[in-house]
Order: sequence, then C-alpha cells, then structure tokens
Amino acid sequence: MQVLKRKSLALVGNHAVAYAVKQAKPQVLSVFPITPQTTMLEKLAEYVSKGELKAEMIRVESEHSAMAAVYGAAVAGSRVFTATSSQGLLYMTEMIYWAGGQRVPIVAAIATRALAEPWTIWDDHQDFISKRDAIWIQMMAENVQEAYDMTLQAFKISEDQRVIMPVMMGFDGFILTHTMERVEVLEDSEVDSFLPPRQFNLIDFSDPVGVGPIATPDEYIKIRYEAKKAMERSKDVIRDIMKEYEKISGRKYDLVECYKCEDADYVIVSMGAWSSDGKVAVDRLRNNGEKVGLLKIRVFRPFPKEEIREKLKDVKAVVTFDRAYSFGSGGILANEIKSALYGNNIPVHSVIAGLGGKDVRPLHFQNVIEDLISGKLEEERWIL
Amino acid sequence: MINVPEGIPIARPKLGSAGKTGTWRLDKPVINYDKCTRCRLCILYCVENTIDMKEDLFPLIDYDYCKGCGVCAQVCPTHAIEMVSEVK
Ligand code: SF4
Ligand code: SF4
Repeated sequence: MQVLKRKSLALVGNHAVAYAVKQAKPQVLSVFPITPQTTMLEKLAEYVSKGELKAEMIRVESEHSAMAAVYGAAVAGSRVFTATSSQGLLYMTEMIYWAGGQRVPIVAAIATRALAEPWTIWDDHQDFISKRDAIWIQMMAENVQEAYDMTLQAFKISEDQRVIMPVMMGFDGFILTHTMERVEVLEDSEVDSFLPPRQFNLIDFSDPVGVGPIATPDEYIKIRYEAKKAMERSKDVIRDIMKEYEKISGRKYDLVECYKCEDADYVIVSMGAWSSDGKVAVDRLRNNGEKVGLLKIRVFRPFPKEEIREKLKDVKAVVTFDRAYSFGSGGILANEIKSALYGNNIPVHSVIAGLGGKDVRPLHFQNVIEDLISGKLEEERWIL
Repeated sequence: MINVPEGIPIARPKLGSAGKTGTWRLDKPVINYDKCTRCRLCILYCVENTIDMKEDLFPLIDYDYCKGCGVCAQVCPTHAIEMVSEVK
C-alpha cells in the first residue's frame, strides 16, 4: 500500500467528528446538546462563530426540533448534519421516521449511550439499535479514526443518487467521544474532491411539489417497497464509496471487517469500540494456538447478510457480543446473525455484556472463547 | 421540472375550487383598512403564514393560501378583520 505523509491531529472522538463535519461543509446544522455528544456541538458552534464553517446553526429547544430543522433544510437542498445520543435519539424518533420515510439525505452522528431507566450516561448500543427499522443506513465506528472517516463517507453515501437516504454514524459514547487518539485527517482539498457540493434538490418554486404527502394504502406499500430496494442498492454504493475513500486515505473499509477469521474455527461477532478489545483477545488466543477470529459489523443497516454468510461458512461456532438486548427475545446482533446463518447449522452463542457502560476487557472475550472451546458456554450468557 | 429520483414520496398538488387552498375554506377574512392600526398581530398569528405587509404598509392576505381558519380575525385588537362566508 502506498504510504502517504498525512497531517495528524490529536483529537477526542467528538472533535474528530466535528472536524469531519467542518470539512464536509454542511450549510445547515441543528444540534441539541446531550451527554456525551455536547462537546461536539460546542466545537461546531466554535467553528461557526470563528467563520471556519459557513453554516446556519439553528439553535433548537429539543432533539425533535433538531431533526425537524435539518429535515426541512435537507428537503430544500442543503447539506445538513445533526447529532444526538440516548434519550435524545428517542425524543428525535418521531422525526427520524419522517426523514427516513421521505428519504432525505441527512447525516446524524450518534454518540451511543444506554437508555433510561435507570438513568445513566454511559455507553451501550440500545439507543442506536432501536432505530433499525426507520429506513436509515446505520454504521458504527470502532475508533476515533473510523468515526472521522465514516462521517465523511456518510455524507457521500446519503447524497448518492442511487441511495438518497439518511445515514446514522454511531460511535460509542465516552469510550470514543471523549478519548483522545492520533487521527490522520485529509486535506480540505481532498475532501472537496471526494465530496462535491450537494446536487439533489426537492424544492423548485417554479414547479412546486408536496413533500411528505399522505399516501393511500396502494401507494404506501409501493413507496415502502421502493425504500426496501434502495436499501438493498445501497450496499454496492457503500462499498464503492468506501473503496473510493480508500484510494485517497489509504485506509480500507468494507461492510464487515474480518480480523484473522479466514482460517478460524471460532469467530467473535461484534460491533463498535469493543471490537478492539476483541481483537486483543483474538491475538492472545492465537498465541495459545487456538484458531479464533473476529468479525466486525461496520454497517448494521442494510445488514450485510450475504457477506456474513460467506465469511462464516466454514466456522465451527460463532459468539456474538451484544451491547443491546431485545427484551423477551434475545441479543439483537445474535438474532441477526442467527437469521443470516439460517440453514448452515452453525451454533450461535450470544453474550450480553457492557450494558450501561459496564467494563468489558479482552479477558472477558478470552474467557468466553475458552468456555466455548471446552463446551461450557451456554446459548446465552450475561456478563454481570 | 425537478428530477426527483424514483421512489421518493412526493405529490404534485392540484388546484382546489377555492384556489390553491383546495376545498378547505368556507369563510374568507376581509380586512377593513379604516379600522386597521397596522399592529401586525394578524401577520404574527396567521397559521398559514399568508398575511404580509405590503409596500403601503397594510396587511395583505394571500387568498391563494388562506385556509379561512379565522385566527387573524380573533387576534385583531380593533376587530378590523371580518370573516365573510364564501359558501355559495
Ligand atoms: S391585527 Fe388587525 S389591526 Fe393589527 S395589523 Fe392586522 S388587521 Fe390591522
Ligand atoms: S383566516 Fe387563517 S389562514 Fe386566513 S389569513 Fe386569517 S389566520 Fe391566515
């Protein structure tokens, strides 16, 4: 691979995302502060006040309004951005479905955080995953570098004429939002050529249309079917855009990422920041002679079923690590993986851990895999 | 004509019998400019954002979009706005 000399900055996750947003040059921002996203909003406000980002920053009284504001601006042709977390995302939900159903290009960064009750500010994925049926593309970053890269990719994906759909970029609250890492950033000019100004427009005063119209039952199901097709189409588009990004940045992206799972007997499936802990565990287990790998889900919607089926076809068993739970059903990732592997006769064990920010370390991954190998792992285990 | 990609839900509204408001309006607000003090309350309160101050600084209602809800008549402190039936 070509080694490029790049500008590196030391950035916490929130500032890395804000930096990417600044380079993407949105015309309208509307963000309501919520822990742990607040410092991102503050950084964006600073960019706007210093004139480094020439955007309209709409100060709203709630997340519901934040989404409503960017929804309207996106319909009118602006590139837009918003960000939220946890209960804020829930409060936004009503508008999230409008934006998804109308399929307007919006980018939202979600600093994932557990949901109430009990009240908490720490990380898990319950908020993010609860939006899985809202016709939004959803992807999750593993580290601060990825959060930066994927924010830029998100704008391009959402505005692509073949997709036109809002995109949610999730990254673990506090674990990534407040951790400082070395981040390689692109030059402004590189971002400009990767991400030219938005073309698509719905409002033309000489040819008025109604946006978000009421639909009869006949029309409704057709429109939803079109959304389903666009979601399926988006897989190729996401892959293309990630490849294009790789050309500029030298960093490889795909819908899923395989870490040492080519010859693996046992594979951990995970999403988000703790994939790094999982990789450390994989290395340790490999040192002990165990054939273990890790499959990271980067894009959660559209769910990369075929890719997962392909990558996991030869393994003996899979363990999914879930930071979210469907009460009365099971681990959400576990259920998705089980359905993706349906008919393959591969046992899928589900581990629920890290809810509400509960610490999970490489040792936890390691113990689980050791129990799996010695046949002691239950179908569902909670690490309490 | 804008090129809306396939599958994006939009509608092309048609004109209603009472203008661009469709068939909503039953009563039409009429301003008596002798009573109007130009306080602009009607402009602030109009739910459809159809009242505007024109060059002569009098409020003017855009009947193409007025829904006939009567809010303007209610808020006008000088009772300068009268709702007149349009039902034929
Ligand atoms: S509220 Fe009444 S008085 Fe005030 S500007 Fe409107 S019409 Fe005139
Ligand atoms: S009747 Fe209602 S819609 Fe019409 S001008 Fe008055 S406030 Fe506006």
